Amino acid sequence: MVKIHERKFVSADPEKCVGCQVCEYICSLTKEQAFNPLKSRIRVVRINQLINLAVTCRLCEDPPCVAACPRDALTQSEETGVIMVDEDKCNGCGWCIEACDYGAIMLHPENKVVFICDLCQEQGEPQCVKWCPEEALDLVTSDVLAQKARITAVKKLFQEALKTAPVAP
Amino acid sequence: MHGYAGRILHVDLTTGKAHVEPLNGEYARKYIGGIGLGIRLLLDQSEPGVDPFSPENPLILTTGPISGTMWPTGGNGHAFVSKSPQSFGVGESKAHGSFGTELKRAGYDAVIFKGKAEKLVYVWIDDDSVQLLDASQLKGKSPAETEDAIKEELGDYYIRVASIGPAGEKLARLACVINEKTRAAGRTGMGAVMGSKNLKAIAVRGTLDITVAKPEEFMEFVKEFHERMKGPATHKYRTLGTAANVLVHNSLACMPTRNYNNASFEGAEKVSGENLNERFVAKIIGCSSCAMRCEHMCVVPEGPYKGTMTRMEYETLWAMGPYCGVDRLDAIIKGMDLCNYYGIDAIGAGVIAGFAMDCYEKGILTEKDLEGIDARFGNHEAMVQLIEKIGTREGIGDILAEGVKIAGEKIGKGAEKLAQHIKGVEVTGYDLRTLKTAALGFAVSFRGADHNRHGAYSFDVKGKVNRFIVEKGRGKLVKDMEDQYTIVDSLIVCKFSRGTYYKEFEDMAKLYNLVTGVEMTAEDLRQAGERINNVARLFNIREGLGRKDDTLPYKVMHLPVPDEGPSKGAYVTQKELDFLLDDYYETRGWTKEGKPTKEKLKELGMNDLIPIVEAKTGPREKAGEE
Repeated sequence: MVKIHERKFVSADPEKCVGCQVCEYICSLTKEQAFNPLKSRIRVVRINQLINLAVTCRLCEDPPCVAACPRDALTQSEETGVIMVDEDKCNGCGWCIEACDYGAIMLHPENKVVFICDLCQEQGEPQCVKWCPEEALDLVTSDVLAQKARITAVKKLFQEALKTAPVAP
Repeated sequence: MHGYAGRILHVDLTTGKAHVEPLNGEYARKYIGGIGLGIRLLLDQSEPGVDPFSPENPLILTTGPISGTMWPTGGNGHAFVSKSPQSFGVGESKAHGSFGTELKRAGYDAVIFKGKAEKLVYVWIDDDSVQLLDASQLKGKSPAETEDAIKEELGDYYIRVASIGPAGEKLARLACVINEKTRAAGRTGMGAVMGSKNLKAIAVRGTLDITVAKPEEFMEFVKEFHERMKGPATHKYRTLGTAANVLVHNSLACMPTRNYNNASFEGAEKVSGENLNERFVAKIIGCSSCAMRCEHMCVVPEGPYKGTMTRMEYETLWAMGPYCGVDRLDAIIKGMDLCNYYGIDAIGAGVIAGFAMDCYEKGILTEKDLEGIDARFGNHEAMVQLIEKIGTREGIGDILAEGVKIAGEKIGKGAEKLAQHIKGVEVTGYDLRTLKTAALGFAVSFRGADHNRHGAYSFDVKGKVNRFIVEKGRGKLVKDMEDQYTIVDSLIVCKFSRGTYYKEFEDMAKLYNLVTGVEMTAEDLRQAGERINNVARLFNIREGLGRKDDTLPYKVMHLPVPDEGPSKGAYVTQKELDFLLDDYYETRGWTKEGKPTKEKLKELGMNDLIPIVEAKTGPREKAGEE
């Protein structure tokens, strides 16, 4: 089984995401051959105009969605960590939807089974990452996210230091 | 046919009943969608001389054939069309965001609202289900508050809402319709028409798939346009935004200042796009499906207007800034936020505030008339207070909310001459004394004073023509731009993206073909653009507008620019205007009176509308005879 440190998922950078929904469109087109955000595996949240973020499955360790399914319809891929849905077993009861803290599981409007980001296994790479005009989406491990956050934090510190150091108040 | 939903929804607000009719395929091809389809439906669905505020005046909401697809900027637009309570001719206004995509997914190319609800209602369009719901709890609420309340009430945070604010409820003639808090269908009073129907809001949820005729080629084209949108054609919108115009217009002395008393502003640096971006822009966000992103969200970090957050563009910044002599960006942002709160066109509101200040300085309005507002030019507090008055219709605001033309007439004592408008619609941020191609475009615009019906200012501002003279050929420049702009507004792609259509009609025709599967050449599409300009003109003629209304604001024709500099002494004479109009009408194939000829209408396949130009007395008496 792939170790959690190596598991990659799609993450959006809140600094860059502008809420344009291009990810939703390309996702629904790739997976469902139609433009329809309701069929997208990634959804955009706009809290207000300044706070925008695309959210999708984070491939949790010990995923609560898998544990919550009474019909064992969900399994986690040992190879990639992706949550796989057995559409014959799933009856759309929604326990997994409730269990997911990120709202990353949706009920298909027509098929009445749940669907989850599979990192575009068939296409070889997540299409949302490829298409995002802001390059706000990235396929990353938790470690890389932590690295990025550290670098950003240190840069900020330096900015402040540079700003305040030479000029006396 | 792909692209189109194939359905028009009729909502009768008097009876509360709704029904669906199929979209006329010929109309789709001839009038495309958006404002084109909307204006044609308006002509069909209204009687001549209809009062804009009567239940019989239809309010038409349209999407375009591209709406709902992933096309960058094109996926997300919608338009409102009605008879304007400002111009009494064609009223139309577009907005972007996500509202239009939702309406298309609900399965409608157009929604036609008629009648008047007994009390304030909102309409809830949930795919095929259409209900009128009580909106009494929303009375007096801003569009943003209304949107939040409706989402809460319906229990779905992804539905989209377009609504009017308190000003629309009170029939302020410059009231607009706002979706997603900061996106306004701003001009020509569409929010007032909505208010006259007791319709507070339109909430939509659409779940249908949108597909295109040629998906693979379409996605190739999308990819190409994503690249184009990262290039020079959109650079301005992605960086400083339209507010970059402040310094450009100021250096050319073509920025109307203090209600057209000047053409340049000594405080321009303070209200420049550069300053705005450095001090106030917190984030630049994008509409649904856009690969460009232009929406400059501003936050005031300190001072009396601290915490105000809104979008800013050049036009609204200009109107509440230089046009009122105000050089404080924080106050301008506050003014903009108030316009969004009350639901009024921020261009019009700024122009009216500037007008009131001019009246005050000339002694036509006194401090008593203004209930203590010291409305000197440059007083930022006064500007904010005047906008509040307009939004609430309190005190002098009751008259000012009628729009600058009617307000000028009501105030009298020479105020009429200070009211800068065309066809009753307030001027925008281009000094027409100094931009004579633009002056023609503004004069003939079918929705009144407007830069967005033609973009003819670009020839003047970019120095492609001598902006201070009139000459043969300006008519063609305006006509060609108008035909293109109507297609932009009928496909409903964003005006900011117009430069990415390198081959103009050819690129747009390709887009139309890939989406709809309907073969259309660049020439077909150009002709559709011409047809739409003609159908709009026919509506205006039917409503009694003509050459006499293709004119310019009083000061543009009587007050030469006094400022030292490149524009000194510039203005437009009646002779020059007549020259420009003659040239334009001739280019359009219209008569000296500005009426489309029978031959022109036949050429455009508009034989069914010939009775309008043949009518001598009552506009529609002969309809149906041919």
